[in-house]
Amino acid sequence: MIKKLTLSALAALVLSVGSAAAAESEAHIHDVDFSFEGPFGKFDQFQLQRGLQVYTEVCSACHGMKFVPIRTIGDAGGPGLPEDQVRAFASNWEVWDPELRDTRTALANDHFPESALPNAPDLSLMAKARAGFHGPFGLGINQFVKGIGGPEYITNLLTAYTGETTEMAGTTLYENPVFASGYIAMTPPLSEDIVEYADGTPATVEQMAEDVSAFLMWAAEPKMMARKQAGFVGVTFLALLAVLLYLTNKRLWAPHKGKEQH
Amino acid sequence: MSGIPHDHYEPKTGGEKWVHKRLPIVGLVYDTLMIPTPKNLNWWWIWGIVLAYCLVHMIVTGIVLVMHYTPHVDYAFASVEHIMRDVNGGHFIRYMHANGASLFFFAVYIHIFRGLFFGSYKAPREITWIVGMIIYLLMMATGFMGYVLPWGQMSFWGATVITGLFGAIPFIGEPIQMWLLGGPAVDNATLNRFFSLHYLLPFVIAGLVIVHIWAFHNTGNNNPTGVDVRTGSKEEAKKDTLPFWPYFVIKDVFALAVVLAVFFAIVGFMPNYLGHPDNYIMANPLATPAHIVPEWYFLPFYAILRAFTADVWLVQLVSFFTGGIVDAKFFGVVAMFGAIAVMALVPWLDTSSVRSGRYRPVFKWFFVVLVIDFLGLMWVGSQTPTTFTSWFSLIASAYWFGYFLVILPLLGLIEKPLTPPATIEDDFISHYPDAAKAPAE
Ligand code: HEC
Repeated sequence: MIKKLTLSALAALVLSVGSAAAAESEAHIHDVDFSFEGPFGKFDQFQLQRGLQVYTEVCSACHGMKFVPIRTIGDAGGPGLPEDQVRAFASNWEVWDPELRDTRTALANDHFPESALPNAPDLSLMAKARAGFHGPFGLGINQFVKGIGGPEYITNLLTAYTGETTEMAGTTLYENPVFASGYIAMTPPLSEDIVEYADGTPATVEQMAEDVSAFLMWAAEPKMMARKQAGFVGVTFLALLAVLLYLTNKRLWAPHKGKEQH
Repeated sequence: MSGIPHDHYEPKTGGEKWVHKRLPIVGLVYDTLMIPTPKNLNWWWIWGIVLAYCLVHMIVTGIVLVMHYTPHVDYAFASVEHIMRDVNGGHFIRYMHANGASLFFFAVYIHIFRGLFFGSYKAPREITWIVGMIIYLLMMATGFMGYVLPWGQMSFWGATVITGLFGAIPFIGEPIQMWLLGGPAVDNATLNRFFSLHYLLPFVIAGLVIVHIWAFHNTGNNNPTGVDVRTGSKEEAKKDTLPFWPYFVIKDVFALAVVLAVFFAIVGFMPNYLGHPDNYIMANPLATPAHIVPEWYFLPFYAILRAFTADVWLVQLVSFFTGGIVDAKFFGVVAMFGAIAVMALVPWLDTSSVRSGRYRPVFKWFFVVLVIDFLGLMWVGSQTPTTFTSWFSLIASAYWFGYFLVILPLLGLIEKPLTPPATIEDDFISHYPDAAKAPAE
């Protein structure tokens, strides 16, 4: 085991050749102007609610979100559903209860269920586990204004199906240039009007893809708005402190530098 | 404590005398804070305080994280998500800790290169330098083990690769690797011992930081001229120095506030900038990520590790003469540790009679190239190997070793240095001409 792991790991890095990098950068991920990007970006509560609807009605057939507590969809800075709706929402799900050794109706304090389909990855952190872009020049500085491109990756993935399929080891794979290997095992999940939005937004594939991506960004980083605010407060206070210390320092040193004192 | 003559703490009231006689702790703090400091220190000298802050920052945020973290392969990843979602302020504390490590390394690299340029390693500060290098090594060990704790894909595979380096040592490598891991592969035993050590080492670092400070308080700070403070009398020393408090504390804390403003911007607005997306996927021993990239602060040395592949003639030569015992893998490991070792030995490799790079016209250029070389290695360490990058990393590695092993020893003998100012006071006055007529207190 030790040999094998070490060898495969070393092979992956000491000796690896361009193939992996090439595969990753093949498809260009086009940028989506999400409302939550940049230092002052905020989640659009209604978009998160629409995304939650897409997740619930479409994606959750196969995918899970086991790290996300259901109650958090009522949190400020998230979809912000009222408490009674959160409870009603929770009761739509069945979760496994290790104490009962059985499934039961979910409560708001439970987490979303795990993936129903074993080979469908958990989506709790998907929007942070993929990077759509890392520019300019591979430096990634544009994260400051655009984020890491995780939600863009998901939007692009969901809308990039070419309609071609191929057969591999008995499973159908769908051609999708955004996916690393070019063929993905996920059937195209979205089609026009597959959900009916409560707020009347037309449910185009592009719209649903963006909404669910925004929702998954929230799922991956539920405290994003609180974090940006804390960051802003921190920067402001430190900048202020720096100015005061600068003036103190200047005054302190003035007599020793032979400068006029004010 | 200091070799520079200065006023010491005198207990005045009865109470002070009572305490001082039994435990001279107030005197110790007073003398440490009031240490005479060369008044010409420039802005490159602020990083020591930033580093001291970083250590406290990491220990404080780390202790809070430990209250909510579970060191077990089945729960570690989920417990980090628990911190991110359920713990009050947990998301911010975790990002402060993760990015704090980067600030720590950013600061330590500037601090090290500051020392390399101004000759802070030269006699009589060799012990300060060596202790600093040990601190740096422990920081790397701590940082590496900390990266394993969230138990993401990079955690797992990074740990597999790095411990695999020890496995490359001939004969004893495999037992060492097994001992480090606590089993045949990275697993629960590994996670637990890394957690234990990740908690322990920062306190060892704290102890060594005290020794580091003690050492240079004894010799006195170096300064941009490399000229010693005059120690003939208290009056002379006073012309070259100002007490650390308040002059340098205020200056350093001002700089710290500026640095922290940038730090908070990163934590607040792009906290995952220096992380890797793969670490948001739980560790999976069956799925190797497409690239395994170490944290940015390891990249220069990682590049040196990778530079020496089996097709490099030097590697083939060594391999031939050792009957294959030293293969490319082991050669790379030796080169990587050697790259740090030559840096640690620089006090004995640099033969120049002049301390500060300011007065060494030729050295200056070699130093600038060294900085570029270091950044180049950092860049190439993050790249997927191609023919170009393997040449690049080989040349850049060669320069790194060449600088320490060839250039510094020879240059000190050949180069004709400029004459540094006679005193620190002269240097200060050349910057602030009005200071000459200023009444020193
Ligand atoms: C019919 C089941 C099914 C449905 C419905 C479904 N998925 Fe998937 N999804 C999968 C499977 C299976 C995979 C794994 C694909 C693979 O590895 O080839 C996958 C993979 C993914 C991935 C990961 C791609 C990658 O880079 O590894 C994302 C993101 C994703 N799905 C998002 C969604 C979203 C968003 C929805 C709802 C709009 C959704 N899926 C609906 C089955 C499904």
